Amino acid sequence: MKKIWMALPLIVLSACVTINIYFPAAAAEKAADKIIEEVWQTQHADKPADKPEVKETK
Amino acid sequence: MNTLIRTIAAMLTLLAALNVYAAADIEVNTPAVNAIKASMQQRHGQLANYYASGAVGLTMDGMVALRDPGAVPLAARQSVNALVAAENQDREALYAEIANANAHPEWQAEIRNTFAQRWIQRAQRGWWVMSNNGWVQK
Repeated sequence: MKKIWMALPLIVLSACVTINIYFPAAAAEKAADKIIEEVWQTQHADKPADKPEVKETK
Repeated sequence: MNTLIRTIAAMLTLLAALNVYAAADIEVNTPAVNAIKASMQQRHGQLANYYASGAVGLTMDGMVALRDPGAVPLAARQSVNALVAAENQDREALYAEIANANAHPEWQAEIRNTFAQRWIQRAQRGWWVMSNNGWVQK
């Protein structure tokens, strides 16, 4: 019986970890925008024309 | 029983931390990604004219395609084909590399989809992009 109590949290944990590794869509979109800006060197009307600097500290 | 609850609580805390970490960012600052980016940036100087003339358009799967060969002088047709092929090779590599850099190779398709949408969204006025109803001019 004790074994079950020890195993249960592990099962719960592994299940949660599996569920939680999801695709970070918002971050991916931001990353894509940044790369596109640099490749196309665009200054879009709907975006402030920020120069594509190399400031990738985050 | 108390120990169990405490263990679970500790694990949930850890999970929350993991979860935040997983959602935090997408890593795109790797030497491989930067190299591909530089190559694409350089090629864009040539491709931009073909986007503008409608010879080349953006597809829904994050690639580029020769849309109207008639818009390209015969002499340049081969070089456009080469440009499109090279660009698509770089784009394929870019999506794969970003997925790998984030230790999730299985994300490649989603990264490609994200890029596909953003390329099309950010395409300049006059460029041709593929939609569900075929080619449309922005």
